[in-house]
Amino acid sequence: MTQAPALHSEVEVTPWREYFSFSTDHKVIGIQYLVTSFVFYLIGGVLAELVRTELATPQSDFVPRETYNELFTMHATIMIFLWIIPSLTGGFGNFLVPLMIGARDMAFPKLNAIAFWLIPPTGLLLLLSFFVGPASAGWTSYPPLSLITNKAGEAIWIAGVILLGTSSIMAGLNFLVTILKMRIPSMSLNQMPLFCWAMMATSALQLIATPVLTGAMVLLGFDLLVGTAFFNPTGGGDPIVYQHMFWFYSHPAVYIMILPAFGLISEILPVHARKPIFGYQAIAYSSIAISFLGLIVWAHHMFTSGTPDWLRMFFMIATMVIAVPTGIKVFSWVATVWGGKLNLCSAMLFGMAFVSMFVIGGLSGVMVASVPFDIHVHDTYFVVAHLHYVLFGGSVFGIYAGLYHWFPKMTGRMLNEFWGKVHFVLTFVGFNLCFLPMHVLGLQGMNRRIAEYDPKFATLNMVCTIGSYILAVSTLPFLINAIWSWLGGPQASANPWRGLTLEWTTPSPPPVENFEVEPVLLIGPYDYGRPEALVMTSAANPSLMGKPNSKAETVQPLPSREAEDKEGG
Amino acid sequence: MQGSSVNPSQGELNYSATATPAADHHSEHPDLRLFGFIVFLVSESMLFLGLFVAYFAFRVVTPLWPPAGTPELELILPGINTIILLSSSFVIHRADTAIKEKGDVKAARGWFLVTMAMGATFLVGQVYEYQHLGFGLTTNLFASTFLCADGFPWSSCICGAPVDVRCVMAISPTRSLFPNQSFWH
Ligand SMILES: [Cu+2]
Repeated sequence: MTQAPALHSEVEVTPWREYFSFSTDHKVIGIQYLVTSFVFYLIGGVLAELVRTELATPQSDFVPRETYNELFTMHATIMIFLWIIPSLTGGFGNFLVPLMIGARDMAFPKLNAIAFWLIPPTGLLLLLSFFVGPASAGWTSYPPLSLITNKAGEAIWIAGVILLGTSSIMAGLNFLVTILKMRIPSMSLNQMPLFCWAMMATSALQLIATPVLTGAMVLLGFDLLVGTAFFNPTGGGDPIVYQHMFWFYSHPAVYIMILPAFGLISEILPVHARKPIFGYQAIAYSSIAISFLGLIVWAHHMFTSGTPDWLRMFFMIATMVIAVPTGIKVFSWVATVWGGKLNLCSAMLFGMAFVSMFVIGGLSGVMVASVPFDIHVHDTYFVVAHLHYVLFGGSVFGIYAGLYHWFPKMTGRMLNEFWGKVHFVLTFVGFNLCFLPMHVLGLQGMNRRIAEYDPKFATLNMVCTIGSYILAVSTLPFLINAIWSWLGGPQASANPWRGLTLEWTTPSPPPVENFEVEPVLLIGPYDYGRPEALVMTSAANPSLMGKPNSKAETVQPLPSREAEDKEGG
Repeated sequence: MQGSSVNPSQGELNYSATATPAADHHSEHPDLRLFGFIVFLVSESMLFLGLFVAYFAFRVVTPLWPPAGTPELELILPGINTIILLSSSFVIHRADTAIKEKGDVKAARGWFLVTMAMGATFLVGQVYEYQHLGFGLTTNLFASTFLCADGFPWSSCICGAPVDVRCVMAISPTRSLFPNQSFWH
């Protein structure tokens, strides 16, 4: 159909009550995830600002030292388990995967809702632990330290991690089945948008790695509450076994937090560069390779834990090998953007910042993978700098890029571009000011997880703290922009960015059943420049004619084109 | 499908969610529950694999295993008990064949009940065994690992029981027993 059918004059707006209910609609659940996790992001951010305020001066003068330990422990726990993982997998995964593969919903909608509704109460439980003294042994919760500090808080922490892990396993199961079994018949795996490939790799990790963390938590819980001696050296137990079990999950967790962001970026760059993605299959298969390799590198976190030499050698090499598939992605993104007709909107700015910041985090990752260097910087601020370049410069920039890109699809409203750019500049400057100096601090030997430090580190720490305040301020333009635009921003058309993936063929926001007619693939997800792309993004797209919320144009395939598509793969 | 049992904290939730018609309002979809259940079993096996490897790690790093002063384990009763548990696998298989090949609901239900009875016998045997062990959960590392390695599978049986009971009620020639069967293994 090259002609747009009658326009939907009335957009079906999901009533706000729906967002507070046990809805089984993947779009509602996706937004529930995103909003909930953003609230936890703000809470985790407040904790981070308290930590940075303490570190503004070398003396321990802002909060008691025990409180300091609680603050950084809860900061990490909230950011990892309640912000990045739920927003990337639960939020974007839920909203985008079914739309991108032309499905009406996830494979198991009820399971989906259960997985989400485990999160708010668990998050609340963790926050309530502040009344009894929360966990304070770091987010790694290494025994025997975790067995002798804040017992009640630690018990709550263990319960919380088990519950959040369960939610994550349920989500992973749902995504894997949905992606493998619910694509429209005309979409083969190799025609799937790259975000779906990334989600497939992520779900595999959630399913394989998370149960081992559950096992570790159960044993740790026994040690803590029943008095067994699995990890307690006093009773003959072995704390190193805990470290192995913990990192068997927690290294893959890094990929659970970054692979979906890789996927988002692979969607966003081609759209705003108006170019086909470079190396589709390379990006797709490298996600799978990362997922597999991610499972066999965990002990690089334990180079100083008495790990035998041959094992350190193995984990060092395996870790460095991961740089290969990751590098393939980075080169593909750069090649995608290279020579493109760049539309430097907020989504694209965050997307390109993602690539550059992640490269820094990736390179410092290769550095700490090397045993001799790691022994030098282990537990210093170098590691803190590295992980924040990966998880903030990577994951969080990716989330922001995704929010700017898909906000019109999710809400049917456009975000304000000016405030988007203000947000971007503040975030970019604040982030680098906060975390770049930490590399130097680490190399100079400043330990992490300490409330007071040698006065010679004072200047750089002050810079970090100022950067963190800028980062805190940077969320305000975004928050105000998002709320303001959601309530009364300009209406978004079905395809404001002229994208080619299926979610742009249905109105913004999509109707409850997603697609009025089961869509048929006319064109690959990144075939910019082909004649069909013109049909889909301009000629028949009323968005360019100023008519919002057009219907899908790709419902009827052109027979000759379909044959061509098959040849083209 | 082997080596699977369920974690008390998460198993039942996932199990019932995959075993009940989850995709109500999508009746036109092919049934994805079986595939979902297999994926769940893979995931869940990782929990047991993790605990199992931990057990071996403890064994390897402990100089004397079992540590000095641990009472001898009695082997005859647990042996009989294990045989009962293992043979119950064959019984549930009979239930499956009864319904698949002959469509015999009554026989299937019967075999299924026999399986559950065998499971119950096993549990009673375990309780008896624990009372006569001579060591408790916190005696030493050996005792802790032994009791946990031993305890997880059967406590998961208890969790699975209510689901199984519901399935007996729901047996019909169209419904496959496969999920229950693979779970039991
Ligand atoms: Cu790692």
